[in-house]
Amino acid sequence: MTDTPVTLAATDGRAARLPQKSDAPLALRGLTVSYGEKPAIFSVDATFPAAQMTAIIGPNGAGKSTLLKAALGVIPRLSGEVTSFGEPIDTARARIAYVPQRASVDWDFPTTVIDVVMMGLYRQVGLLGRFTGRLKSRALACLDRVGMGGFADRQIGQLSGGQQQRVFLARALAQDADLYLLDEPFAGVDAATERAIIEVLKSLKAEGKAVVCVHHDLATVRDYFDHVFMINVRKIAEGPVDTTFTSEALNATYGGRLAATHIDQLRLAEGA
Amino acid sequence: MGSEFVMFSLTPMLIGVFASVACALPGNFLILRRQALIGDAISHVVLPGIVVAFLLTGVVAALPMLLGAAGAAVLAVILIEAIKRLGRIEPGAAMGVTFTTLFAGGVLLLEQSDTSSVHLDVEHALMGNLESLVWLRATDWSSLMDPWALAGLPEELPRIAVVCFAVILLTLVFWRWLKISTFDEGFAQALGLPVGMIGMGLVITAAVAAVAAFDAVGSIIVIAMFICPPAAARLMTNGLERQVLWSVLFAVVSAVAGYVLAGYGPLWLGAEDAVSAAGMIATVSGAILALACLFGPHRSRVGAQAEA
Amino acid sequence: MTPLIEALLLQAGYNAALVAVGATLLGFAAGAAGTFLFLRKRALVSDAVAHATLPGVGLAFIIMVSFGGDGRNLLGLLLGSAVTAGIGLLAVEWMARRTRLAEDAAIGAVLSVFFGFGIVILTVIQTMGSGRQAGLESFLLGSTAGMLFQDAVVIAVGGSLAVLATWIMRRPMTLVAFDAEYAAANGVNVPAVDRLMMGLVMAVTVIGLKIVGLILIVALLIIPPVTARFWTERSNAVIWYAGALGGLSGYLGAALSASAPDLPTGPIIVLVSATLFLVSLLFAPVRGLAAAVLRHRRFQRRVHRRQGLLALSRSEPIHDELTLRVLRAEALIRADGVATETGRAQAAKIARDERRWDVAREIHQDTGLTGRYDGLTPIEQVFAPDEIAEFDRRIGGPRAVAGGV
Repeated sequence: MTDTPVTLAATDGRAARLPQKSDAPLALRGLTVSYGEKPAIFSVDATFPAAQMTAIIGPNGAGKSTLLKAALGVIPRLSGEVTSFGEPIDTARARIAYVPQRASVDWDFPTTVIDVVMMGLYRQVGLLGRFTGRLKSRALACLDRVGMGGFADRQIGQLSGGQQQRVFLARALAQDADLYLLDEPFAGVDAATERAIIEVLKSLKAEGKAVVCVHHDLATVRDYFDHVFMINVRKIAEGPVDTTFTSEALNATYGGRLAATHIDQLRLAEGA
Repeated sequence: MGSEFVMFSLTPMLIGVFASVACALPGNFLILRRQALIGDAISHVVLPGIVVAFLLTGVVAALPMLLGAAGAAVLAVILIEAIKRLGRIEPGAAMGVTFTTLFAGGVLLLEQSDTSSVHLDVEHALMGNLESLVWLRATDWSSLMDPWALAGLPEELPRIAVVCFAVILLTLVFWRWLKISTFDEGFAQALGLPVGMIGMGLVITAAVAAVAAFDAVGSIIVIAMFICPPAAARLMTNGLERQVLWSVLFAVVSAVAGYVLAGYGPLWLGAEDAVSAAGMIATVSGAILALACLFGPHRSRVGAQAEA
Repeated sequence: MTPLIEALLLQAGYNAALVAVGATLLGFAAGAAGTFLFLRKRALVSDAVAHATLPGVGLAFIIMVSFGGDGRNLLGLLLGSAVTAGIGLLAVEWMARRTRLAEDAAIGAVLSVFFGFGIVILTVIQTMGSGRQAGLESFLLGSTAGMLFQDAVVIAVGGSLAVLATWIMRRPMTLVAFDAEYAAANGVNVPAVDRLMMGLVMAVTVIGLKIVGLILIVALLIIPPVTARFWTERSNAVIWYAGALGGLSGYLGAALSASAPDLPTGPIIVLVSATLFLVSLLFAPVRGLAAAVLRHRRFQRRVHRRQGLLALSRSEPIHDELTLRVLRAEALIRADGVATETGRAQAAKIARDERRWDVAREIHQDTGLTGRYDGLTPIEQVFAPDEIAEFDRRIGGPRAVAGGV
């Protein structure tokens, strides 16, 4: 071992303790999460840029959702740091909106569509603050924006899967955040909903917001996203779709699980 | 009639009503969180909590009892979590292990210690003694204005009344937190809400309600008050606010009707003695739930989950 | 001889001996039957069943008395308890299936309402002339003091039958408990086996009423299987471990209870069982608390060490306090954070392995590999020495690395 002449710059101890400042909407450094003895994600560094749509892609069980949840502190992390807009995540929460997986909640819960959307305003109104008419009309406007304007008083158990997803998106819109984190927003939704959601997300991007989606449909990556983050327990690649979404990177991420014919249809970037 | 009612029925009935409402309110959230059996576990561990508090302080006083029971509930929840995680054991079994063990310990301690001087024995702990909480200094309705008579109210009444109003207040103040963390815990956490504390606070509130109700109805019938009114209410409406109001109504009806049926029902049937009021309150709440299961307008699931 | 040793040797009287034998058999049957229940994730259904026995006991007493009988005939009381227990079980299943209420709410509702109704019936009995000495309260927490000889026989025989039934039905029940879908595909009638299982649970509950009582009988069905899970991963063994643990609890508990006054049988048996559980929870070799805490700490240090060395190898600054502590403790960095000689050597090895992994992932783009590249698995564990030598050849040897930097 000692004969391996790899040169290492001696790190200056003082500098080592100063956090590297990143003003990105979301920056992860050395994030590790494990379920039991097996890392779900290992030492992941990532920077998600503003005014861009980023897809997090990787095979099942690669830690895509885990990455989002650990970044938000929904599940505990074993090590690593998370900053948002240059601040620790806990002080930046007002600027972050999160859309969990649709299947993570019980849709039999006794409540209505508008009630769910207003949950996005809970941070602003606090425990006892009043929902003013202005806030209510904002919630309704968010519902309109996802094409659910006529469903405000509908019982949530009566919604289709696509409608449920739109309601969740409306709730995130109500938060009026600068960073939107979405966990599989297109999973199991109809084509019309998918179009509606992507339209909203693109308009968010146009407003300069950062949008990050856990995504599983490789065929739409190129159409929907600007930036891609590829993960399989460890980070495999990260960068603009144009240069990063290559067959090499996909093979490294999915390890032979993608049939060659499938890869051909993805309009991949030329190998970097 | 008036004087007899004020003396023998008014206070137990009020205690029953306060106890039912205090338990039904947290019960709504326990049921929606699929934690109905946490209510079961809590009510079982109230007994050991009270016994330990008694053995430590030597007196049967409200504050140590409440603290003891709340401590036991927190201990139980921690144990359940530990067993679940460490042994990778399903929650039902983890609860079963925890509450039976603590309950057995409580019974053993009770049998071993000399509690004959105080109103603390196994039978009362299981069945309650609502009937004995009478107001002997009362003569008729005018006693409500008589300080001497009021001073002779059973001490359980102000205790459960305070607890009941505290539970109502907590439910109102923390309504939004309870609602959002019950519906979508991950989202609540991402908002930065202390979901762990909310969950623990709910359990402690339920434990305090259970210990206050314990005097009157015993540790097992408390479970009926946690579960039956909110469960029946869930089948009546699809709105959380209305569900909670329904559950309060059902709790009050169960308490009043149960007490009346226990006291006067046997007389109507020609028998001489009353039957257990606590048992009858549970029975009435069960009957209400059965009716709601059969005829409640929102009794079955709708949408995607129907006929799963 | 002390009373405890007498009781342990079954010398504390004929009744006590029969009770001890009965409790042992009951414990065994409950542990084994409880395992099936536990594996089907329905452990607490048995709690509803147990509490639902109370009105049955009371009603059976009233019926027997009104027909001029004694009312305290154990067999009759147990029969009555079985009837309402069955109704309680059906009520749970009906509510969970037919309404939007979840099974846990149904269990809690049935448990408390049946119990409450049972208490009403008990107070009715207390007002009956012959009911004052009925002693039905002993069914709540179990009591073997002053038990009649014939009752002890009922318990011993019942316990034996329950063990026998468990033995006979072990094959289909095991199949269903471990993999219901597979069992169904193999032509096993799963609902029928489920009913058999609940029938066995009901039988155990009813037999246990007199010894353990209806509030705590569920402990005998739940604690031994949960304890057994700490000791074995082999599914078949769990049943017999649980049976043995249950039998041991029953035997020790009954003997302890017989050795001194004021030691009610039910709670003692449960506490013996819980003690066995607690010991397992803390000290079981793989799943126990002590082992798990040690393992987690070791794992966490491993992760931080590895991440720290990765950072060193890339000359990146380290911010994480724990990482710094771990590296310092192993003298991989100095107190001021600068890498030591060893630290640099270790980091170099990590850097080399990372490059080996890069090459390996280029060559072996197959599914089997992807999960292993998790940052912690040493490359030597995945590839043979000659394969690694091939990676090194492709990298171009250590010298090339140096040239590349």
